[in-house]
Amino acid sequence: MQLNSQTKQFLLGIRDEAPILLGVVPFGMIYGIIALSAGLSTFEAQNMSWIVFAGSAQFMAAKLIAESAPLGVVLISGFVINLRHALYSATISPYLKGLPVKWKAVLSYLLTDEAFAASIVHFQKNEDNPNKHWHLLGSGLLLWTSWQVSTAVGIFVGAQIPSSWGLDFALPITFIALVVPGLRDKHGILAAVVSSLLALLFFGIPFKFGMILASFAGIGVGLWSESR
Amino acid sequence: MSIWLTLILLGGLTFLTRFSFIAVFDKVEPPRNLKRALRFVPIAVLSAIISPELLFANGQFIWDWNNPKAIAAIIATFVALKTRNVILTIVVGMASFWVIRLLLPGK
Repeated sequence: MQLNSQTKQFLLGIRDEAPILLGVVPFGMIYGIIALSAGLSTFEAQNMSWIVFAGSAQFMAAKLIAESAPLGVVLISGFVINLRHALYSATISPYLKGLPVKWKAVLSYLLTDEAFAASIVHFQKNEDNPNKHWHLLGSGLLLWTSWQVSTAVGIFVGAQIPSSWGLDFALPITFIALVVPGLRDKHGILAAVVSSLLALLFFGIPFKFGMILASFAGIGVGLWSESR
Repeated sequence: MSIWLTLILLGGLTFLTRFSFIAVFDKVEPPRNLKRALRFVPIAVLSAIISPELLFANGQFIWDWNNPKAIAAIIATFVALKTRNVILTIVVGMASFWVIRLLLPGK
């Protein structure tokens, strides 16, 4: 059977996203468990997963809402944690040039860490394919669906899994699996090392701002090393 | 009520952050240096998330070589370097984490 190019790109997006779900599903379940223990209702916890649709920001928001933090604090910390998405937006924008604004809005809504990670690799290899945006739709929708379902599982069933299993460790392990193969040269390795070390040093800075500072320093050092 | 306001504003802000450059770059060509910098974005951001996950617990730095997460992460890094296989890296990483915890009671 000959698939048309759009369907094929969509299915490739699903295929490339699938392995990443192994790290996302436990994370979604843990979010469900944590949101309930923080005092959100089942309904609020589930709805946050499509309204906000950003893992780390959801963890932070659930925690801050439970502590009755002011609205401004929740928004500022969420914005800072999500700043990296502006950089994803910039990275991916040249490949989405000329699409109708509806497409751009939908793909922006779906632009999570995991969909970005799967689709940017595809875009770089298939720059000339006019239907490559379907790849991001495929990876994004699969991630979106898995996030909603795993949140629900976390809320209704996952609460039975003892936290002693340490399922939250699946998150950093997944990120290692994603980052390490991308360390193609010494500039990338230097960026990773500087960013990791500074993230430890800056850990005490509130609202995860240390993570943002460390990231920018890592990017800066990578650029500096490359241009030397 | 205020929880819903918080969720909707946070969701809107998250969307606008993701939409930002996608919305404007049709008209604005990204500067060459920004394009060069973006190669380092996933590397730097994910690294900054990983290291505190491994070396901090309850807001405290873990001054202990017998840290199952860190040891499992080193093993996973080697697997990722050798195989470049995402699933295998996650499976080996989680499995070594569980085995190491069994070998180091109380961790």
